[in-house]
Parts: sequence; C-alpha cells; structure tokens
Amino acid sequence: MQIELRQISKRFGQFEALKGIDVTVANGTIHGVVGENGAGKSTLMKILTGYLSRSTGSILLNGREVACDTPASAAREGIGMLYQEPQDFPPLTVLDNFIVGRDSHPDGNRLRQRRRLEELAAQVHFRLNPDTLLEKLTVGERQQLEFLRLLGRDAQLLILDEPTTGISDRQKALLFQALRQIRDDGRTILLVSHKLEDIEALCDRVTVLRHGQVTGEELAPFHIPRLLELMFDAPSADQPPQKAAIPDSHPHGEPILQFHQVSAAGERTGLDRCNLEIHRGEVVGLAGLSGSGQGLFLRLAAALIDPREGEVRLHGQRLSSDDHRGFRKAGGSFLPADRLEEGLIPGFSIQDHFALSNGISAGRARRPALQAIEAFNIHGRPDSPAESLSGGNQQRLLLSLIPQDANLILLENPSRGLDVASARWVWEHLRSHYARQGAIVFSSAELDEILAIADRVLVFYEGRIVRDLSGDEIDYQYVAAAMTGN
Amino acid sequence: MNDLPLSVLLASVLATAAPLIIAALGETITEKAGVINLSLDGSMLLTAMVGFLVAYETHSFVLAFTAAAAIGALIAAIVGIFGIYLGQLQVAVGFALTLMCKDLAYFLGNPYSRLQGPQMVPMKIPLLGDIPFIGPVLFQQPLVVYFSLLLIAAVWWYLYHSVRGLELRAVGENPEAAYTRGIDPRRKQLLYTLIGGALVGIAGAAYSLDIKPGWGRPQGIEGLGWIALAIVIFGGWHPIKVALGALLFAFLQVFGITLQSYWPGIPAQVFQVAPFPLMILALVLVNLLQRDGVQRWLERRPGLALLLGKLRGAPPRALGRSFHPD
Amino acid sequence: MAVSTRLTPLWSRYATPLIDSLLILGIVFLFTSGLLLVVGTSPLEAYGHLMKGSFGSWSKFSRVLNVWIPLILCSMGLLYAFRTGLWNIGVEGQMVLGAIGATAMLRLGLDGGSPWLWLGLAMLAGMLLGALWALLAGWLKVWGGVHEIFTGLGLNFVAVGLVLWLIFGPWKRPGIASMSGTQPFPRELWFPTLEGWRVSPFAIGLALIVILASWWLLNRSRFGLNLKAVGRNPRAVPLYGLSPDRYLLIAIMISGALAGLAGMLQVSGVYHRLIPAISSGYGYLGLLVVMLANFRLLPIPFIALFFAALNVGSIQLPMMMQLDSSLSGVIQGACVLSALLVFGLRRLRQRRLA
Repeated sequence: MQIELRQISKRFGQFEALKGIDVTVANGTIHGVVGENGAGKSTLMKILTGYLSRSTGSILLNGREVACDTPASAAREGIGMLYQEPQDFPPLTVLDNFIVGRDSHPDGNRLRQRRRLEELAAQVHFRLNPDTLLEKLTVGERQQLEFLRLLGRDAQLLILDEPTTGISDRQKALLFQALRQIRDDGRTILLVSHKLEDIEALCDRVTVLRHGQVTGEELAPFHIPRLLELMFDAPSADQPPQKAAIPDSHPHGEPILQFHQVSAAGERTGLDRCNLEIHRGEVVGLAGLSGSGQGLFLRLAAALIDPREGEVRLHGQRLSSDDHRGFRKAGGSFLPADRLEEGLIPGFSIQDHFALSNGISAGRARRPALQAIEAFNIHGRPDSPAESLSGGNQQRLLLSLIPQDANLILLENPSRGLDVASARWVWEHLRSHYARQGAIVFSSAELDEILAIADRVLVFYEGRIVRDLSGDEIDYQYVAAAMTGN
Repeated sequence: MNDLPLSVLLASVLATAAPLIIAALGETITEKAGVINLSLDGSMLLTAMVGFLVAYETHSFVLAFTAAAAIGALIAAIVGIFGIYLGQLQVAVGFALTLMCKDLAYFLGNPYSRLQGPQMVPMKIPLLGDIPFIGPVLFQQPLVVYFSLLLIAAVWWYLYHSVRGLELRAVGENPEAAYTRGIDPRRKQLLYTLIGGALVGIAGAAYSLDIKPGWGRPQGIEGLGWIALAIVIFGGWHPIKVALGALLFAFLQVFGITLQSYWPGIPAQVFQVAPFPLMILALVLVNLLQRDGVQRWLERRPGLALLLGKLRGAPPRALGRSFHPD
Repeated sequence: MAVSTRLTPLWSRYATPLIDSLLILGIVFLFTSGLLLVVGTSPLEAYGHLMKGSFGSWSKFSRVLNVWIPLILCSMGLLYAFRTGLWNIGVEGQMVLGAIGATAMLRLGLDGGSPWLWLGLAMLAGMLLGALWALLAGWLKVWGGVHEIFTGLGLNFVAVGLVLWLIFGPWKRPGIASMSGTQPFPRELWFPTLEGWRVSPFAIGLALIVILASWWLLNRSRFGLNLKAVGRNPRAVPLYGLSPDRYLLIAIMISGALAGLAGMLQVSGVYHRLIPAISSGYGYLGLLVVMLANFRLLPIPFIALFFAALNVGSIQLPMMMQLDSSLSGVIQGACVLSALLVFGLRRLRQRRLA
C-alpha cells in the first residue's frame, strides 16, 4: 500500500501539534518517523489510523483519497496500528483478546480462531498460551499478541508506535525479524521511534519531524549526525548540558538516603532486595527500561509507598510508612513524571499552589507566587490555572515549590516533554542550588541525559539494581547492555 | 406458615425471586458494558404502575408488558444519553431519576390505587408438573418464573459464548481499546443500557401483574430496585452468581418468618436488610483480595484462594466512567 | 480563598448561570404543565394551590421553614463531602442515627434534670452518632476501597431497620407498638421556641449560623482550600503534606454530624418523638438541592426554600384536586434532570468550540 499524507494539520485548542505535514510512503517498505519528544509523531500516526481527527489535510492510499475519520474506517482501508500503550483487555484471556474487534470480519468460532492464533504465532516464532489471562503477560508479550492480531487482519499498513519500549532484547529481535518478514511479503510498515539504533536496523527511509513539521527525509544507509541535526534545534544543540565540574576535593558527606534490604511490589517488576547509600553531593541517575523499578525506588525513597520488607532511612531516621510529610520535613522533595496528574492540582492557580504548599491563605500567597514567576521565568500569571501552563512551565512551577533548604531532590523523568533549552535550564538550576547541600536522584528514559548529568549511575533491570557505576565506569554501551540484562 | 408444605414454600421462593432475577440480570448486562443505572428502584415502581394501568385498561398482558418494557428502556435511555453523550455522571442522573420515577409512579398511578386488576395465573407444564414434590416447585409456576430461568441461561450464553457478548465485555473493560478496534463503545453502551432497562421494565410489570398484584401507595416493592443493584455486586457481575444471589434473598424473605421462630432473639428487620451488609462485605472482599499482603497470605493456602477466587468478581474496569473520542 | 476562576469575560460569568437557570425553569414548567394536562387537570390551578399551600399564611410558611431547616443542614453537610469528591448518599441514614441518638438522650431526660442539659446532650449525641455512621461509610471506603454510594445505601437501609426495631421493640409505646412511633416527649423536652411560633426561631438561627460558618470554612479558610485540593487531585496532595484519607474522613464526618443535627431537630422540634420516617427523605432531597446548585454554596438556601415550599404546598393537592402529593417530588426530580441536561449541553458546546 502506498500512502500519501498531504498538508496534515492538527490543532488542540490553541496548540498547533502538526503544521502542514507532507509525507509519502512507498509500497512494501519500512518507513521510519523520528523526532524528539513532542515532535508530533504519535499524533500524526493517530490521525492516520483514525483515532484522532485531523484539522486539515488529506490522506491518500494507493492514489485514492480516504476518510479515515474513525478507527473503524481506517481499519476498513487496511490500516492497523500497534499503539504505544497496549490497547487490550487485561481481564480477558489471550484468545478473547485475539478474537474481539470489528476491524476485521468477526469470527465467533473459537476453535477456528484458536488455530489461527497458533498458526500466526508459529509463522513469526512467537509463543503465547491462548488461555492465559492477559493481565499476567509482560508488556512485550501483550505487544506480540497485538501484532499477531494485526497480522491476522491482513492489515496492509502496519504502524508501530515506539514498539521497543519496555521489551527485552530477545523480544525485540523476534519483532524485527517478523517485521522484515512481512515487509518481504509485500506489506508496508511505518515505524515511529526516537531510538535511532532501531531506525538504523530496520528502515529503508526515514522522515524527521520537529515541532510538528517535517524537517527532512533521508534514505538508508543513514548518517546519524545528519538525522540528529534534523531532529534538534541546532547542529550541536543536542549536546546535553555540561556536567558542572564538582571538584574532587568535595568529599561525599554523610549518607542522606539508605536502603537496607528493601523489597516492594508494584510497577511491572516490583523491587527486589535493594541495598544502597546515597551521600550528600551526589547526583545519581537511575537508568533502565521503563517499569524496571525506578519509579518504585523513587516513591519508596519519598515515603509515598510502603516497602514489603526492609528499611528506608532518611538522615539516619527510619521513614515510617506512608509518611511523606515526614519526608518533606526532613528536607525531601519529590517531583513525579506525570506533572498534572500527580504533582499539580487542576483548577488551582499558581497562587493557589503556593497557598497550599505553604499553608497560608491564597491572598497572602500572591507575593511568593509573583516572586517565583519572576525567578523561574514561568510563563503565566498568579491566577493562571495549572493546566493552562505548558509542560515546561508546569515543571518550573513544581521546581519553584521546592523549599530552599531541601537536601534530597527526587525527580522522575524531569525533562520529559521539555524542549532542550528548558531541560538545560532545569539542570542548571538544580545543580547550582542543591547539588552542594544535598543529593539529587533522578530517573530518565533518555540514556543520554543520564550519562551527561549523573556522576553515579544505578542500572535497573527487572526490579533489581544490577550495576552501580561511578566516574569512568560510566559508558554508554555498558549501561545500555546492562539495562537489557547483559 | 409452618404448616405449609415445603414444596409450596420452595415454589414461593422461586416466584418471589423471579422478577428480581430479571431486573438484576438486566442491570448485570448494563454494568458489564460499563454503565451503572442507579434508577432501578424508581424505574421498577414506574413500570409496575404502567404495566398495571395498561393491563387494566386494555385487558392485554402482552400490551402491558410491552409498555412496561418500553418505559423501562426510556428511563434507561435518559441515564444512557445523559451519561454517555452529555458527559454527566451516570450515578447523578440515575439517582435523580430514581427519586423522580418513584414520585411519578405515585402521582400518575393515583387513580388506579387499590383497584382490582387482571392477574396472571400459574401455568402448569403437562406431565412434568405432576412429578411429586419437584412438580409444584418447578413446573407449576407463573410464566414469569419460566422466563427468568430461561433468561439466566440466555444471558450466560450471550456474555460468555457469543462474539457480541465478548464485545460487550470488552467495552466494559476498556472502551478506548474497543474504539481502536473499530467498535463504537458509546453505541454499544447505550444499546445494552436500553436492553437492561427493558428487562427492568418487565420485572416491574411482573410484580404488579403477578407476584404482588395491583397498585397502591405503597405498592410493596419499594426498595427492591436497590436490592437488585446490591445483588449484581454481590454476584460479582456474573449472571449465574447474580441469579443465585436473588434466590438467596428470596429464600431469606420467604423463610425469614420461619427462621425467626427458631431464633426469636433476632429481630425481623435483620432478614429484611440482610442483602446490604452482604453486598458491602462482597465489595470489601473484592478489594482486599487485590491487596498485596493478602495475596501473599493466600499463596500459602491454595484451597482457600481458589474458593475466594470463584466467589469474588471484580467490577468491569470502565464501570461508571464515560468514553469520549476526540 | 476561592479557587481562581478561568479568565472568562465578566459578563459571561454572570449571564451564563442566569440563562441556564431560566432554561431549567422553562423546561420544568413545560414538563410539569404537560403532565398535569395529561391527567386532566389545570396546571394553573395546581400551581396556585402549591403557592397558597406554602406561602398562603404564616402557619403554612412556618411549616415550610420546618422543612427548610433540616434540608439546609443536610445540604450544607453534603457540600463538605462533595468538595472532597465524595457522594455521601448515606446522609439519610446519618440523619436517622442522629435522631436515634437524640431520642436516647431525651429518654434519659424523662427521669428528671434540667431540660437544657438534656437538649444539649441530645444535640451532641445526634451529631456524634451521625458523624460515626458517616465515619463507618468513610472508613469502608478508605480501608476497604468500597465506593461510598454502596456503603451509603446499605447503611441507610440498616439504619431504617434499626429504627424500626427500636420503635417496635425496646422503645415501643406502652400498650401497642405502632407505626406512629415512640411515646411523645413532654413539653419541657421540646426544642425551645417562642410563644405562638410554629417554627423555632432558634432553629432558624442555628441553620443560619451553619450556613455562614460553612461559607467561611469552605471558601475562605485553609481547611477549605485543602478540602478542594483533595477533591481535585487526591494523588497529588500527599506531595503537599496532606493526607487525602484524613480529609475524606473529616469531610464525611462533618456531613454526618450536620445530618445528625437535622435528625435531632426533627425529633425534638418537629415530631417530638421518634417515628419510622423521621428523616422524611430530606437526605436524598438535600442531594438533589446540591446537584441543582451545581455544588456551589450560594444558591443552596434559595433552592432549599423552593423545594421545601413544594413539599409543603403539595399537601394541599389530594384534598383540593384529588392529585397525589408526590407531584412535588416529580417537580424536584425534573428540576435536577433539566439542570443535568442544560449543564451537559453547555459543556458539549464548550468542547465543540474549543
């Protein structure tokens, strides 16, 4: 199937997510779409698959204009998508999940469907048990089932949105093999990713997006620096913020955070017997595939959840269960990744957040709010509601709420959704204010960020800390390998 | 009451349970699709009144049940449209409706109060009805009872052995995912809300034309809608368990007086309000069983874990929440 | 401090609620008139009786106020719960438990002692039992994860069962136990009022105090801001040092206490004894009031007055027009449903324009 996107635009209220996108995808190829976070890749794909409506523009398949205004109509045209978040039904069985759907001819004959599932799985060397409940499967396995469904549907165009996040190397290899196989069979594949190594491995051609616009197209074999140039603002702008030189003469102070045989349940993998100490002056990065335990670690340290076993100590004092207040009193601060869902109050203004945080009336909070807006360069007014601020400004607001004397800053994916300039500003601020008097611990989905910022890297894999690296030991290849279990 | 033969009492249990089974199964369908219809209590009263009114005026049971089903569906349609398409909280709409429908039933039914109306007679199935003991219990019942028993089988089959039933369950668990698979979750939810409402209507008419005939203020079925809601939860949203729950309640009602004579210390009210603490208990159990600490405790007791696994039923994940495509 | 509103043009902030209110009243008027025509009566005549029945004389208006007071107390209480996102449907049962508590105290007072003491204790007992009954539902939510709608409903039924047992059992009238309730209390134990007044001005004063105190607490105090934060985003508030569970429980307990207070007033001020229908549906009606007010405090006293007038006025209907008095309930329900319709359509429109 040959695809042509002409002048696709998408507005969300005031925000222009896509501006006049033109892309042509040749039949029977694997076509990559790359860009950094927030470039518009997922939005574009969701429009193509009918999940989102487009503001302007047209879609042509094999030269014919199509509507694609709902997933059902896109499915009729032969388009199928593997979403970043699994779109399935955990309480139902694998077989049920395979069967249900109106994007193909619904076949109620369970025996026939079961055999079909087994056939398709064998074709691409996947192993799935049809009778297991879906909620018991790993992310990678759930994705495999989705893939089989799309295959079984005879989708002529497969769109994959960030398919390799959260799956093991082995599952990734199987997936790539399967993709090449079906490409050779004549189907077209659109691969959306921010991981250039995946693009390199699979794609025949790649389109680069930045800030909702196409900045360029490249053919394989790819020249990585050229791709990076097209993806980011300036040629060397992807250079992560410089590590501030922390003089060696600054000894690591007393331990601020201690984990002693801590185990906990949650996320995909839980956390298993974690032991470590973090000292004053350290900037610690938590590396690992998403859901390997980093979020759990941060929340245990912040006393937001209870460990199943073991002890967490802050400044030598054991944190009692669910006592985030005590954590804050002792100088801790936690910034979650989902800023609006977990960190801010929708409907509350900047002023209201200061009132809430400091326990004062909103009238009295106006002054500190104005001061923070000034100091942190927040684009908003004291009475602007939190949800009207952009991601970057929400992050600045959260940072401004950290008390001056905090000595343990925990950050979850701090640069998520931020443009490079904002991310750089955030790190400079954190380092200059807190790196000396306390410790900073952060998790990130971007390995580059971790390598650039952290002096110490903890690698998480399947709920355990498998590597604890400092200084020269920190090496990209080594960490990337450890993240996937090697 | 002690003098009545056991078979008559058991037959009475089935008859008492029948409309409740119908209403509870209707609500099970609705909730499995993700919509909660809190208007059951008022709806049953209004449809009971309508059923009686139509039967009184037209002398046709068919028309009466049809009218009642239509009204039941209409009421459910309000919950459906306001909740699914207008973005209002389903519980808010349902709650306001239940109060209004109850008062509407009293208001419109006023002229028909305490009138002697048509009443359905039990239907005896030839041959089977003559079997000693089981005969009177199972095969000499009002039509409603047969309908309710068939309905249990039908709903069970539909939910777990048909493609559309699978789609229904999928929509109730994850409407967004269903949408990506080309299903229109909102239309499905509205459809099943209407079907559930129609069944509730039939249940209401079954009371005023058969089980508790007539109309009045009070009619005698006040509160049964809430009990039906409780039974859906207590039955873990599974049609067979829900039906068993309804039978259990009917059993307590019928035998309540008998049981009381054995335990005179326990007040009559305990039996009347029993379903509700049971419902709360069932809900607590669902949540507790999901807790990490409890799960680990159960790992060491596989027999108990299996039993509790069968008993508990988690609610459909999208229950009560509305879906909005872009 | 009030949560800052969006930057909407000033006129639209006032015009919109006005237009909405007119629309709602219009729909209700059409629906009710249509209904009355269908049953073959004159709408105007019915409306006339409703108005005369509630505002026609001081005695009638006193009855309206006697409904307004417990209704306001329940509604105000519900606001606290709604701020934290709780649907405290259990308010009916909480009112009943408050009535039970008050009755228990007043029965002790039958043996002598200062009436003021016993009335005071009755008030405290009423509020305490109401709060505890609410706490039960709240605790089941916080610890057991059970939605408060189901625990509330369940506990309502249990409360009714409890009151029936008391009236027909331990607290029954000497002679025959009957649905008319317990033995009426002597005059000394009646809620204080003034000579010739059918409604107690002290009770009115109490209601007004509760309204003002709630306005301050919910809209101006730190506590109110915290409550609002818990209601908007319980996941985020621990980061600000607040425990969402603690605030949920406090909010539902306040709700229960106010409902319990209403129950006490019903026992000591209106019926002067405990009857099975002591709550008179005011708990559920309070929910309707708050929904119609779109969860804002200011309209509540007026809406409550309107609803109370409907309740009292409709008593005339059976006598005057052979209509069932449940017309008031129909109108009240129709108001809320039209409000839900109008609010929903408006939201839809806003989303389309965005």
